[in-house]
Amino acid sequence: MKARVFVTLKSGVLDPQGKAIHHALEGLGFSGVNDVRAGKLIELDLADGTEDSAIEDMCRKLLANTVIENFRIERLADA
Amino acid sequence: MKSAVIVFPGSNCDRDLAVALEEVTGKKPAMVWHKDSELPEGTDFIGIPGGFSYGDYLRSGAMAARSPIMRAVKDAASKGVPVIGICNGFQVLTETGLLPGALMRNARLSFVCRPVPLRVENSQSLFTAQYDAGEQVHFPVAHHDGNYQADKSTLDRLEGEGRVAFRYLDQVNGSARDIAGILNDSGNVLGLMPHPERAIEPAHGATDGRRLFEGLLETVAA
Repeated sequence: MKARVFVTLKSGVLDPQGKAIHHALEGLGFSGVNDVRAGKLIELDLADGTEDSAIEDMCRKLLANTVIENFRIERLADA
Repeated sequence: MKSAVIVFPGSNCDRDLAVALEEVTGKKPAMVWHKDSELPEGTDFIGIPGGFSYGDYLRSGAMAARSPIMRAVKDAASKGVPVIGICNGFQVLTETGLLPGALMRNARLSFVCRPVPLRVENSQSLFTAQYDAGEQVHFPVAHHDGNYQADKSTLDRLEGEGRVAFRYLDQVNGSARDIAGILNDSGNVLGLMPHPERAIEPAHGATDGRRLFEGLLETVAA
């Protein structure tokens, strides 16, 4: 089974990378972009039956730094 | 003084730190590989050097913080052994939880590499006892992820408990309250982005870093 972990900066945490992307989009003439926040997507290929709690544990211990980041887990239906 | 310098794949200031320690203490530090699980018997000072451990994969310092030797470092720190983390070493210490907060990408996104003026905020710690409170010193910085951030209550606690050791005197990286270096609650762990080990002899352009190691020698050897 596969799962995706989305790691994003907590709201209120300054995201200079997102700001730079925003600036570049405007430079390309795209108007109407109010804000940009950049994050990470981590894809996990897991043994069948891996518990949600185990994935959460991975996020807390390594994949996200919960001082500054939030995470969201999405399980993918088997193809 | 029996010091140890931790070496990760991608560390690049390990030699600078070893040279500074040897010059000040007269003894070569043990260079301890990240895969080791124990520090040499009797280690009484630990240095975590700058660099780009594990290529900064995932987050700066994140992988190094989970390497086998860091369990031994945490254990030693909890017993009061002084630990200094410089630059990437500071990032590793926040990632292990030995120091609060996190070091994020510099606010203006650029790598900064220059000597910066700092104010010594706490001259009572075992790392800063040879400085005067409020004294201005110059250490070089060289980093991309030095923007120190923590929540307001953590920042207030650090300030209130005198745990801000060094503060930038100009805009360097966007750090909250211009924090350049902090101490843990028992005062035996210091993390800082600027490099005192690169300001040891006149040829470096400044010798302000030397007193940090001299002070340590005095405290640890006593």
